[in-house]
Amino acid sequence: MIPAAFSYQRAGSVDEALALAADGGDDAKFLAGGHSLLPLMKLRLAVPEVLIDIGRLSELSYVRADNGAIAVGALTSYHDLARASLLARELPLLAEAASQVGDPQVRHRGTIGGSLAHADPAADLPAVVLALDAVLVARGPSGERQIAAADFFQGLFESALEPGELLTEIRIPRPAAAGWSFQKFTKRAIDWAIVGVAVQDRRVALVNMGQQPVRASAVEQALASGAAPRDAAVFAAEGTSPPDDLNGDARYRAHLARVLTARALDEAASRG
Amino acid sequence: MKVSVTVNGNPVTADVPDRTLLAHFVREQAGLTATNVGCDTSSCGACTVLLDGQSVKSCTVLAAQADGRAVTTVEGLASVDGELHPVQQAFRAEHGLQCGFCTPGMVMAAVSLLAENPSPTEEEVRLGLEGNLCRCTGYHNIVRAILAASKEQVS
Repeated sequence: MIPAAFSYQRAGSVDEALALAADGGDDAKFLAGGHSLLPLMKLRLAVPEVLIDIGRLSELSYVRADNGAIAVGALTSYHDLARASLLARELPLLAEAASQVGDPQVRHRGTIGGSLAHADPAADLPAVVLALDAVLVARGPSGERQIAAADFFQGLFESALEPGELLTEIRIPRPAAAGWSFQKFTKRAIDWAIVGVAVQDRRVALVNMGQQPVRASAVEQALASGAAPRDAAVFAAEGTSPPDDLNGDARYRAHLARVLTARALDEAASRG
Repeated sequence: MKVSVTVNGNPVTADVPDRTLLAHFVREQAGLTATNVGCDTSSCGACTVLLDGQSVKSCTVLAAQADGRAVTTVEGLASVDGELHPVQQAFRAEHGLQCGFCTPGMVMAAVSLLAENPSPTEEEVRLGLEGNLCRCTGYHNIVRAILAASKEQVS
């Protein structure tokens, strides 16, 4: 099984990647690790005519402290996120979630920027950056702009990135408190979450509970008004529209969201 | 496009279609057919090779992405005089295979795992094999083999 024919181009710099994307127009896609895009291309669910390989832009692979925030380069692999000592100290939620994506081989290739730009609601890191209140930095033909994670995910496989725009950095404010948790429910280790929950500082975000990753705002409001974690968790599925598929129907997912949110809030409280 | 990959230490250069997958480049251009294509959907891990020392599923990497880089397949593990790599020896000693289809990928995943974590616990070995499926053995002997190899390599 091989993808439909396309033209492969390799960018040597961010500027070159943007220029190639401008030339390629709507038919071009950026290729980072390729672990979301290439499987879709094999199945003909994505048929780009031009692939712009940004995988060698090592200047986009880093984790560093930056003015009270933590800056993560878009091309940082899951493997490198999971092993970054700065994340282990300051942002264990991101390191822990990255260590659970796919399997070791996938984590060697897959990147945080690729996952976010792909905007799959079943992927883990979109919900994690929502819980972390991250800001996503994109560069395009008209310069650089910052997009709040809350505004970035707009629908199924749909992000706020404009055509020709490249996600370059994820900026994450240092958490105010230590309480965090990541809960992921799968049938097999390598599967996408049937439902997942990311918690940081009383922000709660859900994996695979709709067309895009969502904040469980009813839970957050209950916590803000003083509800105990277990009492707040019963609102986890409120306002969501989870999918029905072979892994579970919407009712089952709503149940899972409540159970996993309760576990996540308990765990976060025990760490906070 | 012209792709040059160092496979098991030997340069292999070929003019291939842009959409050529690394698994097919290794099998058809380098002529090394131990790397199996199993599921073709990056699930089973039978096609696992090392790319610059890290395990990857070669059915989900373009040959073009490996251009200029080093690939190791299971054929590249034994020493020049034919002595098997400790992981290969351990798979034989511990009966870590039945039909053998998943074995090249299992061995490469194990080599990558032990390179990062030379003394893994049984739990860490099982987690390290998340990306490799075996339909014969139930994994127990594979895990035993990798633990045995880790002791062999450390001692």
